[in-house]
Amino acid sequence: MAGQDVKRVYLDNAATTIVRQEVIDEMLPLFTENYGNASSIYKEGQKAKSTLEDARSRIAKSLGAEASEIYFTSCGTESDNWAIKGAAYRYAKKGKHIITSIIEHHAILHSCESLAKQGFEITYLPVDEFGLVLPSDLEAAIRPDTILVTIMMANNEIGTIQPIEELAAICKEKKVLFHTDAVQAGGTLHIDVKSLGVDMLSLSGHKLHAPKGVGLLYIRKGVAISNFMDGGAQERAKRAGTENLPYIMGFAKALELAVADIDENAARLQKIRDNLIDEVLSRIPHTRLNGHADKRLPGNVNFSFEFIEGESLLLLLDHMGFACSSGSACTSGSLDPSHVLLAIGLPHEIAHGSLRVSIGKYNTEEEVMSIVPALEVIVQRLRDMSPLYDDFVKNRTSAYISCNRCGK
Amino acid sequence: MLYSDKVMDHFMHPRNVGEIEDATATGTVGNPKCGDIMKVFLKIEGDVIVDAKFMTFGCGSAIATSSMATEMIKGRTIDEALSLTNKAVAEALDGLPPVKMHCSLLAEQAVKAALKEYYEENGGIPADKQKYFDVLEEDEHSV
Repeated sequence: MAGQDVKRVYLDNAATTIVRQEVIDEMLPLFTENYGNASSIYKEGQKAKSTLEDARSRIAKSLGAEASEIYFTSCGTESDNWAIKGAAYRYAKKGKHIITSIIEHHAILHSCESLAKQGFEITYLPVDEFGLVLPSDLEAAIRPDTILVTIMMANNEIGTIQPIEELAAICKEKKVLFHTDAVQAGGTLHIDVKSLGVDMLSLSGHKLHAPKGVGLLYIRKGVAISNFMDGGAQERAKRAGTENLPYIMGFAKALELAVADIDENAARLQKIRDNLIDEVLSRIPHTRLNGHADKRLPGNVNFSFEFIEGESLLLLLDHMGFACSSGSACTSGSLDPSHVLLAIGLPHEIAHGSLRVSIGKYNTEEEVMSIVPALEVIVQRLRDMSPLYDDFVKNRTSAYISCNRCGK
Repeated sequence: MLYSDKVMDHFMHPRNVGEIEDATATGTVGNPKCGDIMKVFLKIEGDVIVDAKFMTFGCGSAIATSSMATEMIKGRTIDEALSLTNKAVAEALDGLPPVKMHCSLLAEQAVKAALKEYYEENGGIPADKQKYFDVLEEDEHSV
């Protein structure tokens, strides 16, 4: 196997992305030249203020929103916390019921758990075997005391894209606020808040080639939620704290660039994605694709390799130069494998053997495909020392994922 | 890095991987639900463990502790193998991250499960050796 000096191939773009050079160029003057505090009344402050509003307008334009509907935060997690807790506290007198899905990011799930401890009641909608929330399930779950529904636009692990327009329309009809965590969708899927029909939407910069440490919450005009950060009057007195101008501008630039070639980029990623899926499924037996075949983020691939465990797989891939992620318990530090993989019905042992490859704008097709022979070697090596595989080979047990060659 | 160089060495180059076809005794512990299963094979002649091998489904430290545990008992007497502890396995690997300590317990349990099978097929566990098998009752995840 390869050693220390191998070429690195970064295939974990759902975790974070490289910052684009154009973004850095746009940010740099804001550290040393235009560095004023946007709340100050003198020239430097006013210059910063106008730069901030320029960034806000550009972001709003990219999302089909009004500038006054964009609130900058420190990250996607903060946006999710604010949307959920802010709506809950604001409307607690009206009702204490919140609906979400079982496959949300922990920023959503743990915010809901925190509210449950404070007397709110949470309904977790199930998903089908592809990770889709059924609109009929949402419709049936809404009660007179439901104050908020929050469903992610695209899943971070298996890439499944939810029917947000349809889900938001149900909420609109029932007069319930609808929030979506669009963090994974940002930069690769079209996001137009008006046509989606959402009341609130969270986005993060570092998933779309802006730096870490900046996010936003879109709050539709007419929607009021409680403040999350108390302090000064920044962000229309709704989110206190001096605006992180360089990062906000970086975010605006990155989103603008992403939107400019979103269709070409998505088409290229999708082609590589489908190629990778076909190759791996045909060359490595007892392997399945997790998530949906089409309703899937353009750069997301998630496999389960039967008989092996994900952390071992990641360590060996890392050694051969590949940076990926897994839903195994051992990589999360908990005893259970990914809640998303369990939610789509995978048994624990199949969920433990999962691998997520997330392809980004700067990956070449050649480097992505170079993971296939590496996987063939690594998966077989781990299977050869697995007692589960040994039992299967010796006909003591049968496989959960049948072989695509022999059908066994 | 999450793991010590020694853990990585035993993970990348595991010793004693495989099956002993004519094993005197085998021990299997863990379950697929938790993401780790270890199977240890022993070849015992007289009171000496002349060969030890393993097969493991699990994370990097599960594989490394299996490798180290089999190294530590190979060529040793049964009595010496009985005194193997999960702590000793972890120390021999220059330590494990706290969340991975249960892997070393699993390795100790796999060895003890095989020795238990050996005793049971040879007249039962002697009363004075019983204490070495208490570890089989422990929940690996309580470590």
